[in-house]
Amino acid sequence: MIKKISKMGPYTKKVFECFNNPKNYGRMKNPDGVGKVGNPVCGDVMWLYIKVGKNKKGEEILNDIKFETFGCVAAIATSSILTQLAKGKTLKEAVKIDKKKIIDSLGGLPPIKIHCSVLAASALNKAIENYASRKTKKNKG
Amino acid sequence: MDYAATTPVDSRVVRAMSPYFNEKFGNTMSLHGFGQEAKEILEESRKSIADLIKVKPSEIIFTGSATESNNLAIKGIAFANRKKGNHIIISQIEHPCVMESVKWLEKEGFEITKVGVDKYGMINPESVGKAIKKETILVSIIHASNEIGTIQPIREIGKICRGKGVYFHTDAVQSFGKIPIDVDKMNIDLLSASSHKMYGPKGSACLFIREGVKIEPILHGGGQESGLRSSTVNIPAIVGFAEACRICKKEMKVEGQRLKVLREKLIKGVLGKIPSSYLNGHPEKRLPNNVNFRFDFIEGESIVVQLDFLGVAASTGSACSSVKLEPSHVLLATGLKHEQAHGSLRVTLGRWTTKKEINYFLKVLPSIIKKLRDISPFKKHD
Repeated sequence: MIKKISKMGPYTKKVFECFNNPKNYGRMKNPDGVGKVGNPVCGDVMWLYIKVGKNKKGEEILNDIKFETFGCVAAIATSSILTQLAKGKTLKEAVKIDKKKIIDSLGGLPPIKIHCSVLAASALNKAIENYASRKTKKNKG
Repeated sequence: MDYAATTPVDSRVVRAMSPYFNEKFGNTMSLHGFGQEAKEILEESRKSIADLIKVKPSEIIFTGSATESNNLAIKGIAFANRKKGNHIIISQIEHPCVMESVKWLEKEGFEITKVGVDKYGMINPESVGKAIKKETILVSIIHASNEIGTIQPIREIGKICRGKGVYFHTDAVQSFGKIPIDVDKMNIDLLSASSHKMYGPKGSACLFIREGVKIEPILHGGGQESGLRSSTVNIPAIVGFAEACRICKKEMKVEGQRLKVLREKLIKGVLGKIPSSYLNGHPEKRLPNNVNFRFDFIEGESIVVQLDFLGVAASTGSACSSVKLEPSHVLLATGLKHEQAHGSLRVTLGRWTTKKEINYFLKVLPSIIKKLRDISPFKKHD
């Protein structure tokens, strides 16, 4: 009775790809910024870690980015695609990644899972904010 | 391994049904030969189903689904006995069709009490006894949980209801045909069962109504099924349901034993191989085919989809897989926290589950759990 049925669930092929082969997951040692969002009670938690460097123009860029996610297929897929979209981008470009960009990159999300994309975008924003506030503190100190 | 959701139709059942689509297609209400032929097979089928739970054929009413049977039992008793009282008792772990039926009755002026369960999902019969009052007209308790498989002390609960003169209904959709049921010994007045959970076709179910029980129909019309369920009778599906019952009656004992062995192998295997894994439901008083696990630090939908990639069908009580984004009310009733309920996995075995499949499951599951835990921010040391 073990057989594979190709049609499954409300997700696109791209969502499954990102869920099954997530990129950039795991804990980061000594990150420059961390964004923690979500609530285990609701079933979605994302932790996002960033390392910031500079490009040739001297702009701040996301040198490295990693995530850890507790959640459903959509939560893991949005986390992965977000890191793929953000990696190497300048901070200015990265903060512009919104839920629409994430959903489009996944070829769509079921309406009930839209909140996962919102969560992923806010995790990155939080991580960048966290980086900025650490920097301010450092400069003051 | 999701037989509790639905089952494939047994080929013997398909064979029994096949003449009733285009050869013997009569309407039981017609007076001519075709109609009479249909009427005969209807009554013969009724007898096979009645035999399985040792009741009179006239006490079986055919419906279109278990949801309809439960609606008929609850609303039908409520409205027929309104003058006697307006209080109904159910448990916190009923199927949504019972939960939603009583929720609707609340709006119609009925009062509902939901008795709780212990950590195994077990109801204490005394708590039902304590909840019964002068106005109580019905107690409805699920026989075996569709989610965690716990089998309730139906006989004891029924005895209490009988002693207090309150009708007792049980939703036996998951247990019917899987474990022995004797409605007289178990003091049951009404019982719901469904064909598609026991290798029969979808679209056929029944409600046992003990002779003398006061009940009102919820569907009005041509007066089929002793006036309790007007609708053209779905003969092919009923013939299939009856054949499914005959097979279950014959094979129940052997099949139950076989499944129990597989179930124990599965439980021991998973709990032994995977750290921070637990069994939901009662360790012994559970359906022979039901297993429900809980894994810390991860979420159930992710596990189900990973298993599906590898050709294994299972289900979860996690909120993320439901339309309401709420975790299973059954798991929460057993005292689990929301985040714990999210990590549940239900595996239900059936007639074609083999040892080989269990071995395959035990081989692939640990790496799925590990992978998802590697992705999760929650680790054991946190």
